[in-house]
Amino acid sequence: MSATAVLRIVERNLTVYSKLWRGMVFSQFIGPLLFLGAMGVGLGGLVDDNVGTVDGLTYLQFVAPALMVATGVQLAAGESLWPVMAGWKWMGFYHGMIATPLRSADVYGGFVIWTTIRVVLSATVFLIVAAALGGVPSLWGVLAVPAAGLCAAAFCSLLGAFSIGQDTDAAFSAIMRLGIVPLMLFSGTFFPVEQLPSWLEPAVWLSPLWHGVELTRAATSGRFDAPAILVHVAVLAGLIALGFCWGTAAFARRLTP
Amino acid sequence: MAESLVEARALTKRFGSFVAVDAIDFAIRPGETFGFLGPNGAGKTSTMRMIACVSPVTGGELRVLDLDPSRDGPQIRARIGVVPQDDTLDTELTVWDNLMVYGRFFDLPRPEIRRRAEELLDFVRLTDRRASKVDPLSGGMKRRLTIARALVNQPELMLLDEPTTGLDPQARHLLWERLYRLKQRGVTLVLTTHYMDEAEQLCDRLVIMDDGRIVAEGSPRALIDAHATREVVEVRFDSADDRAAAEPILRGIVERVEVLAERIILYTDDGDATAAKVGDSGAPQSAVLVRRASLEDVFLILTGRSLED
Repeated sequence: MSATAVLRIVERNLTVYSKLWRGMVFSQFIGPLLFLGAMGVGLGGLVDDNVGTVDGLTYLQFVAPALMVATGVQLAAGESLWPVMAGWKWMGFYHGMIATPLRSADVYGGFVIWTTIRVVLSATVFLIVAAALGGVPSLWGVLAVPAAGLCAAAFCSLLGAFSIGQDTDAAFSAIMRLGIVPLMLFSGTFFPVEQLPSWLEPAVWLSPLWHGVELTRAATSGRFDAPAILVHVAVLAGLIALGFCWGTAAFARRLTP
Repeated sequence: MAESLVEARALTKRFGSFVAVDAIDFAIRPGETFGFLGPNGAGKTSTMRMIACVSPVTGGELRVLDLDPSRDGPQIRARIGVVPQDDTLDTELTVWDNLMVYGRFFDLPRPEIRRRAEELLDFVRLTDRRASKVDPLSGGMKRRLTIARALVNQPELMLLDEPTTGLDPQARHLLWERLYRLKQRGVTLVLTTHYMDEAEQLCDRLVIMDDGRIVAEGSPRALIDAHATREVVEVRFDSADDRAAAEPILRGIVERVEVLAERIILYTDDGDATAAKVGDSGAPQSAVLVRRASLEDVFLILTGRSLED
C-alpha cells in the first residue's frame, strides 16, 4: 500500500462524489441532524424536564456525541457493504483500478481512507450544529471528530474485508439490521450502560461503537479519564489493524486470484 | 530474452485442483499482433490475466517487458494497456472523467492527461460524446472508450481479452479498423478471441488453445497450410438420418472428413472437383458449399470440435 496510490483512489472517489453529492447529502448530513433534532432536542427536553441530568449532562449533551459517532458508523457500514460489491462485481471499477500500477491493497486502503474522510466530514457538520444547539459544553469537543473517524475506520476496515469475500449481498441487510442497529441502540448511546441488566453490562466491551461513544462523549463533555481513553483508542486501533490484515488479504484473493 | 516482450515457459495456472493453463510456452515479439484463439474455457483469459499481472503464476516462468510479474507488477502495469472482457468503466462518470481519473492512476499530470484525452477521444471517435455518462453508450462505444482508457499511459503492449464479443458486425469492423491503426503505429497487440475471422483479420501470429494447452502455433496462413487442405467442401443435410447415410459415401471421396451436427466437411485441394463428385455420388444432401480452408477448420482438425461449441 502506498500513500500516493491511496491518494489517487481518494481523488477518483472525490470525482465521483462531486457528481453524485446531491444523492448522498441525506445519508451523510441531513439524516444525522434529524436524529439530533428528534433525540437531542425533542426527547431531550422531555428527559430534562422529568429526570434532570444524565451523568451530570443535559440529555442533549449526553446523546449528541453518541449520535455523532453512531450515525458515522451507520454511514461507514453502509459504504462497506453494497458499494464494495459494486466495486468488484456489479460495476467492476476495482478491476479497472488494478489494471494500472495500483495494487489490490491500495484499492482496500483507498476504500478505508475515503470512507473515513466522509465520516469525518459528516461528523464535523454534526459537531458544529450540536454545539450551536448547546450540546457541546467543552472546547475539547473538537477531538470528538477524530474519535468518530477512528471508530468509523474500525467498522469499515472490518466490514469491507468481510464484504469483498461475499459472493452475493444476501448477508448485507442482516448485518445492518441485526448488527449495526442493535449496536446503535445498546452501546451507551441513548442511555447509560448502567441501565442495562447488570449481567449484560460487561458485554458493551465487545461493541466497538461503545468505545467510540466513550471517546466522543469524553471529548464533548471535557471529562477525561486518561487510562480509559487509552484503552478505548487501543481497542479501536487494534480493530483497524486487524481489519487491514484481513482486508488486504481478502481484496487480493478477490481481485487477483 | 530482449527480443520478446512477453515470454512464457511451462506457464501454468491452477485454481485448486483445476488446471486452467497447462504448461504452455510462447513468445510475443515487439510490434506484432499475437492471438490466443480457442473456445471458451480454453485458458485464454487466465493466460491474459497472468500477463497483465493481476493473477499470480502458479508454475513455470513468465517474463513481461523483461520484468518479473510476481515482483514488478506495478512497473509492468504502468507500461501496458488492458482491455478486459467485461467493461470495467466508471459508469457513474462521464466519458471524459473516465479518462482523467484513469490517467491519474498512472500518476500522469492533469494537463498531460487532458492533452492525451482529446487525442484519444478523437482516435476512438467519441469526441462528441465526451460529456455523456457511460451508461447510455452502446456496447461498441463502451469498448472503444475502454480502448482509449487503456491507451492513456501510451502502452508498449496492449492486452485485449475478447475485444469484440457481444458487438454487432458494424461495431466489430470499426473496432478492428482502430486496432489495425494501432498496430500500424507499432503498438504490440495481444488478443484472445474465439472468432476465427477476428484472428485471421488481426493476428500476425497466433496460438490455438484447447483445454489449457497450446495445440498449434504460427501465422494464420501457415496454420491453415500445415493442418488443413487448401479448400473445403461443406455438405449440409436436412436430417441426422441423411447425414448418417451420407457419411460412408463421402468418406470414400476424400481422405479426410469431419462430421458435425448438421454438416460434413470434406478436406480437399480441389474444391470444385470434389463438389462435383459429391453431386454424382448419390449421397443425400441439401446443399454443397466450396470455400477456402479457415482457422476454424484447423481447430476442428486438431481437436475434433467446433470453436463455437
